Amino acid sequence: MKLTINQLSFSYAAIPILKNIELEVGLGEMLSIVGPNGSGKSTLLKCINRILKTKQKTVLIDGQDANKLTIKQLSMLMGYVPQSSTSTFPFTVFDVVLMGRKPYIHWNIGERDNEIVAEMLDLLGIGHLAMRHFNELSGGEQQKVIIARALAQQPKLLLLDEPTSSLDIKHQLEILCMLKSLALSKERSVIVSMHDLNLASRFSDRMLMLKDGCIYASGTPEKVVNAENIEAIYGIKANVSTSFVGKPQVTPLLNEADYFLNGKLSPLIEQKH
Amino acid sequence: MTTKAELTKLYNRGKKRKLLAISFVFLAVIITIIVSVSYGAGSPRLPEAFQVILSRTFPFLNLDPGSALAQTIIWDIRLPRIVLALIAGAGLAAAGVTMQGVLRNPLVSSYVLGISAAAGFGAALAIVFGIGVLSFLGGYLVIGNAFIFCLFAMIIVYSIARIRGMSSETVILAGVAVGFLFSALLSLIQYISPQDKAVSAIVFWLLGGLYSATWDKILICLPIVAMTMVLMMTQSWNINIMSMGEDVATSLGVNSKRVLTINMLLETIATASIIAFTGIIGFVDLIAPHIARMLLGSDHRYLIPCSIGVGAFMLLASDTVARLIIMPTELPVGIITSLLGVPFFIYLLTSKRRKTFG
Repeated sequence: MKLTINQLSFSYAAIPILKNIELEVGLGEMLSIVGPNGSGKSTLLKCINRILKTKQKTVLIDGQDANKLTIKQLSMLMGYVPQSSTSTFPFTVFDVVLMGRKPYIHWNIGERDNEIVAEMLDLLGIGHLAMRHFNELSGGEQQKVIIARALAQQPKLLLLDEPTSSLDIKHQLEILCMLKSLALSKERSVIVSMHDLNLASRFSDRMLMLKDGCIYASGTPEKVVNAENIEAIYGIKANVSTSFVGKPQVTPLLNEADYFLNGKLSPLIEQKH
Repeated sequence: MTTKAELTKLYNRGKKRKLLAISFVFLAVIITIIVSVSYGAGSPRLPEAFQVILSRTFPFLNLDPGSALAQTIIWDIRLPRIVLALIAGAGLAAAGVTMQGVLRNPLVSSYVLGISAAAGFGAALAIVFGIGVLSFLGGYLVIGNAFIFCLFAMIIVYSIARIRGMSSETVILAGVAVGFLFSALLSLIQYISPQDKAVSAIVFWLLGGLYSATWDKILICLPIVAMTMVLMMTQSWNINIMSMGEDVATSLGVNSKRVLTINMLLETIATASIIAFTGIIGFVDLIAPHIARMLLGSDHRYLIPCSIGVGAFMLLASDTVARLIIMPTELPVGIITSLLGVPFFIYLLTSKRRKTFG
């Protein structure tokens, strides 16, 4: 499956969030979207998944307008993992992952659905949590459950909104490695929004850098992650070196005096003394 | 590592446990029916009750139907009341559980959505002024009016929520606002009503009760409530998924606005066709779903049937107690539902059943 975004713009009320986004993602690719808070990363993912409605012919799947598909058809093509998930009422992990089979089932679940759920739990290494309650799990475990649910939809495209933001480094790596291997299997593509530039550059084939709802830069991590771009979109000076694994690595440079002594905090500190 | 076979086995075991919980609840319902039909004003006890019910249900067997008095007490007084209690409890609980589910809020009930207040206002209007939207119904004036005003309230809530995009918050807030509006109008009617008799009739209606049960009313009520309950059960998967939020529902192919609208309509029809006949019976629709959730979790495929059982049990048990506790007179059922239900609910809430309630 090939995803094409064609002149996509989106506004909440009258406030434009996305402006003229153009993008192509082929099968087996892992694309990361980076950019400051409020730059439109989540909105872009939601537009692709039609959680937010877009104009005709802005999101194309294999050249066909996604707006022509029903949301059920769309849910068999795309899986979505939101930033954080809670369930109002208690569900077991098994039940939550089973929800991913919703597009395929009507009332009774078949053997096949059970098998797929078990497979996904196994794939993510959370089989031992199957009968636990979703809301009782840690953030990292919950994230894996939601990814398992998205995979149970058997999608061609996986959309993840900051899947690693609230996780410790071990879980971050586990989840990104897993996403990378899903993309490498050439059966699906992965689009993931992230804050951590180092992880993004390490794991993605291509990166998309957003600023104020526009694409500021896109291409390979080597092309996107450089000192000029980082200063332009974050307003931070940084040194970009080549990391141990040969990918761009960002070290922010601080004029510490700006942050700690002459910054806005100093009057407060003085008052305290 | 857990294997697939083990996982499937675990899941199936969970399913069996849920079915067991449901059977347990329905067994409790059956026992309550037997107790309820055997006791009350008048002499007939269980044997006479069986005799009457068997001979009436299977007239072709030519069984001895027993004395005329026993027949009247069992068949025309106790049984319709039991059946109406079961229908009302079941229907209210089903409406409660589906609306709590789609609105993702454990506090939702027909009170919160303004339906109860609207029914009260409609009934009061009919009692005091004899004004009925369906005045040709004659004896059914109060019932018809209460029903119509429930639907009317739903339409107002729906229209308001629609403007703001049908989110669960807007539905709840609009419901609360509409509820207050109808409560105020109800108070106004009571305040300006010229006759004390009418005011006490209103108060009596608002307390709710099953004393006026007849087979005629059941014949109207049962098909509507049964049909809405079946339709609610077909929504089980959608409601499960709504519990994860509207965005996720969309990404799983569920149109949350449509699901919300369908369920609002079903809930209103079920609730309206019950409380129009019984007066306002609260608490069951709020608490029965929670008790059911504690018994078997939140999967609506099992939760809706279980809530239906719990609701039917709660209302019939309460009504039986209300009928028997100060014989020969009786207490309003609403009082008993809360007096018995609240301590039981607090017990469940505080006991260490963390596993089954999130």
